[in-house]
Amino acid sequence: MFHPIQYRILAAGLAIAGAVSAQAADVTGAGATFIYPILSKWSDSYRNATGTRINYQSIGSGGGIAQIKAGTVVFGSSDKPLSPEELHDAGLAQFPSVIGGVVPVVHIEGVEAGGIRFTGPLLADIFQGKVTRWNDPAIAQVNPGVTLSDAAITVVHRSDGSGTTFNFANYLSKVSPEWREKVGEGTSVSWPVGVGGKGNEGVAAYVQQIKGAIGYVELAYALQNGMAHAALQNAAGRFVQPDMASFQAAAASADWAAAKDFFLVITNAPGENAWPITATNFILVYKQPKDTAGTKAALDFFAWAYDHGAAQAEQLHYVPLPKGLTDQVKAYWQAEIQL
Amino acid sequence: MPLSTRMTMEPPGAAAHRRSARDALADRMFRCTVGAAAAIVLAALAGAALSMLWGGRDAFATFGPGFLSSTEWDAVHHRFGAFVPIYGTLVTALIAMAIAVPVSFGIALFLTEVAPQRLRAPVATAIELLAGIPSIIYGMWGLFVFVPIMGEHVAPWLDAHLGHWPLLGPLFSGPPLGIGMLTAGIVLAVMVIPFISSVMREVFLTVPARLKESAYALGSTTWEVVWNVVLPTTRSAVIGGIFLGLGRALGETMAVTFVLGNSHQLTASLLMPGNSIAATIANEFAEADSDLYRSSLVALGFLLFVVTFVVLAIAKLMLRRLSRREGSA
Repeated sequence: MFHPIQYRILAAGLAIAGAVSAQAADVTGAGATFIYPILSKWSDSYRNATGTRINYQSIGSGGGIAQIKAGTVVFGSSDKPLSPEELHDAGLAQFPSVIGGVVPVVHIEGVEAGGIRFTGPLLADIFQGKVTRWNDPAIAQVNPGVTLSDAAITVVHRSDGSGTTFNFANYLSKVSPEWREKVGEGTSVSWPVGVGGKGNEGVAAYVQQIKGAIGYVELAYALQNGMAHAALQNAAGRFVQPDMASFQAAAASADWAAAKDFFLVITNAPGENAWPITATNFILVYKQPKDTAGTKAALDFFAWAYDHGAAQAEQLHYVPLPKGLTDQVKAYWQAEIQL
Repeated sequence: MPLSTRMTMEPPGAAAHRRSARDALADRMFRCTVGAAAAIVLAALAGAALSMLWGGRDAFATFGPGFLSSTEWDAVHHRFGAFVPIYGTLVTALIAMAIAVPVSFGIALFLTEVAPQRLRAPVATAIELLAGIPSIIYGMWGLFVFVPIMGEHVAPWLDAHLGHWPLLGPLFSGPPLGIGMLTAGIVLAVMVIPFISSVMREVFLTVPARLKESAYALGSTTWEVVWNVVLPTTRSAVIGGIFLGLGRALGETMAVTFVLGNSHQLTASLLMPGNSIAATIANEFAEADSDLYRSSLVALGFLLFVVTFVVLAIAKLMLRRLSRREGSA
């Protein structure tokens, strides 16, 4: 197959990286780009505090899963949780690291941030190309008092495989049976309509340039670019704005205790004030690691991040895990990982 | 062995023979060295093509010849087809060449035949600088500067004026997104112009002044000199430069990804988003989460080899036919 070559190249790359900084205690990880900003911030502070260096390569969730399965890194990271069976087969343990959210963003003349509302099924219809004009009665119905022109709707989606897409498509699958059947969920899906931008920044740029566009990005990108995000109706039937509080509400209301190996996608969470497209990033480590010292150092790092990293996470628009959940994760480490 | 007996008999002849044997050895070694250098290229090419074919065998085995003609690209349901990316690659490269070749020709002729002497060096340097800009910069320039211009001015104008023409119409109708195959083709043209024009300029400079001066002396205009003297003497080198640009246009990834729209949908309109082989691979390889998906992407890479090879082969054939016709005329 193809990936042995890939591994060898990456292993060579890691070997070089390792040779450069061999004297410091190093923990290597690879995976999702989503957590790269906060991981680099955390690892910087952590190195100042303890001297341990966290060497994280943001190569994408798919790459992170492949690397941890190949045993070339101490921890992998993925925006898409692995099922307990898959974890069991690979001998991996899985736990959440940090929470973020995906927000729909629009570019309509005269519509400010938070000034337009969607229900889940309506969003699915728009992204399926069934609702094609902004003055469609279905949009007007949930937006009383907002008059929109008959401008065409241009859907903007991610062109690269991404955890953002996974969470967005997962949410649409939960709220629209038609979406689940025709499109489904995954890090990249077969989009019925629209144009694809590369990365969050690509989607943000397209939405800002195309009049009548709608796309989806992580909250941080919407805020940084001053984009008009939409309010969404959540599972409890309330319209909520995407912010720290609604993300936290989603994380807290999700039923983590019942999820084996934290195998849970917290989109469409049940809480009163929960933001419906909340996303979790997951960390993968071996249950019986060959590199026990490295794995222990990695868990120490994440324990430190849970206890001391919350303020930094919030600065970067991530949601730190709620206290109850971090206790659960630490108990899970005790029970599952042999060090 | 008459040679060796003569050698033992005639000492001065023996020296000459030793000398010629040494020369022969040096010649052989030289031939081996340059041969090895050339062989490395062939080995690298064959190795890359074969490993891509091997990596893509899953996809070829699963989808068969339908892989080439299917327009479907669905990672969730594991159905992949290469038609849309192949089409997008060819169309964007074609647009790029349609713009870049005449413009490069103009630049090169201006610099070698028309421009005042003190202007030549600065403009030539500027072109070389243009060739050195990384493609990501072209992509960002395309996305943030060029796309808005296309979306606000060019695309609406094309749609309004050409959109309902009988044959051309479908090519130029659609919503004014700004991104799409036409935009990608134009950005590609800007990227390959420096390559083609600097090659053209170099070879135009090699035309002996005597030939041109003779033509001028016979009363030719500048255009006649260019068309009847400069171009015929440099034709194959000029075509070589165009191939270089074409190869770059077919394989360009980053800049195209930014402005092409990356949408796996087949549309006649050049104003609509499409996809290209290189852009698809760059976009999706990192997160390709199943073996078949990965294999399909590698198979796409192999097809890019094939497409490039076929396009260059066709161009070569056309060139040969052209020169044969010229020879018989």
